[in-house]
Amino acid sequence: MRRIYLDHAATTSLDKRVFDKMSPYFLDVYGNANSQHGFGRDAQKAVDEARDLIAKLIGAKPNEIYFTSGGTESDNWALRGTVKALKEKGNHIIMSSIEHAAMLSTAKELEKDGVEVSLIGVDEQGFIKLDELKKAIRPNTILISCMYANNEIGTIEPIEEIVKIAKEHGILVHTDAVQAMGALDIDVSKLGVDMLSFSAHKFNGPKGVGALYIKNGIPMARLISGGHQERTRRGGTTNVPGVVGFAEALRLTKESMQKDNEYVASLRDRFIERVEKEIPFVKLNGARDMQKRLPSNADFSFEYIEGESILFSLDMDGIAVSSGSACSSGSLEPSHVLLAIGLSEEKAHGTIRFSFGKENTVEEVDYVVDTLKSTIVRLREMSPLFNLKGEIKDV
Amino acid sequence: MYNEKVMEAFRNPKNVGEIENYDGLGKVGNASCGDIMQITLKIENDVIVDAKFKTFGCAAAIATSSTATDMIIGLTIDEALKITNKKVVETLEGLPPQKIHCSVLAEEAIKAAIEDYQNKKAGIAKEQEEIPMV
Repeated sequence: MRRIYLDHAATTSLDKRVFDKMSPYFLDVYGNANSQHGFGRDAQKAVDEARDLIAKLIGAKPNEIYFTSGGTESDNWALRGTVKALKEKGNHIIMSSIEHAAMLSTAKELEKDGVEVSLIGVDEQGFIKLDELKKAIRPNTILISCMYANNEIGTIEPIEEIVKIAKEHGILVHTDAVQAMGALDIDVSKLGVDMLSFSAHKFNGPKGVGALYIKNGIPMARLISGGHQERTRRGGTTNVPGVVGFAEALRLTKESMQKDNEYVASLRDRFIERVEKEIPFVKLNGARDMQKRLPSNADFSFEYIEGESILFSLDMDGIAVSSGSACSSGSLEPSHVLLAIGLSEEKAHGTIRFSFGKENTVEEVDYVVDTLKSTIVRLREMSPLFNLKGEIKDV
Repeated sequence: MYNEKVMEAFRNPKNVGEIENYDGLGKVGNASCGDIMQITLKIENDVIVDAKFKTFGCAAAIATSSTATDMIIGLTIDEALKITNKKVVETLEGLPPQKIHCSVLAEEAIKAAIEDYQNKKAGIAKEQEEIPMV
């Protein structure tokens, strides 16, 4: 059976060139980067080079890049580390209501420890409400965090404006750029954020490695205690092949980003156009302005049917998609992001995320639309909310 | 997460649809929870001669609807009332823990449909409970 992968927001394949770059660091250069002997120094050299390269690619200084195990750890660290370091200054944090679970569940835990959390609403396209954000600022606010681009609906948030607002009040800004890195041209020096989370596996790098950019001079407590790695701020033996692959993946991604983005966006646009034209009772979630939407993302609600049954129907035809967010599947709650943009629970339940990648083809897009059309008809025929004539029942 | 038997029941569900001039109708669940199950029954001499379902829900909800309707066709209503969600799960050789509620819904839909039939037979015109719609 042919298989089509349309879940690039969940993870991407490892670029063969990245794999080739990593492989000597599994097999030959196996030293601990913290060891003083030659084996260790060789490993350390690779880590330094990776750090330099990543810093250069995002407009940071090398000593502002802290390697972590990935996006979730970076998000945890940004939140917990700031709260701990600034507890004398205040205990109030502000974040958008559509953050990734790595942020929201961490904030929930911090609330139990007495931290005050304000969640800022978004409009129906998923853009954070800046006036609501301004009003939420208090004298004890220490951090504003907003994701760069949303993982479910692909909306790109106005981070520069948030930075402007925060700076007027001397408040730190963190952004979760896990989805955005690799898709958007991010330069932290221009952006002005204090912290930024990103992860290698979202742009054809290896899984299990990411980073937190921490601007020099920012007060920050450790999350993981241990040895002297990462300038004593993050203990744990450095994942040498991981960081080497991370840097190479980012380099290759940036190298062909414009061309790849144009291509991926053309696939997405073709998909959106066909679905909206050929399948009734659908709603595209997220930004309508395609410039303010991740080039890879198309998120649709299919009315009168449930998302998981769409997911498994497509899966049986070899097509991999995600219902809502991959992280929330398995839970029975509808996605918090979809509720935040004002979808009813019913519509939220019937939502599927299609995320395209540069490996996909136009022919695949057409095959998926054709398959999707029959899948939706079949499931609607089974739905008590829809009758066979295609008319809505009992509305 | 689903076993082959569940996937097969989802892939090729039996008894999809709605019986015209049904003798009993059971509709349970709530769209906001992500599941609505509707079962219609054709009953002759207290024997279920046909059962059909329509379900808004996940793969497990569709699989349990198919299996549960299949299990009750040919049974007397007393026998059908003894079909528990556990038996539906056993027939499907297991469901993930977070999907057990789908089998409960199937049991409830059968019971509601039989109750509807019994009420009608007893001349009690009981309105079906309205379920919030999309």
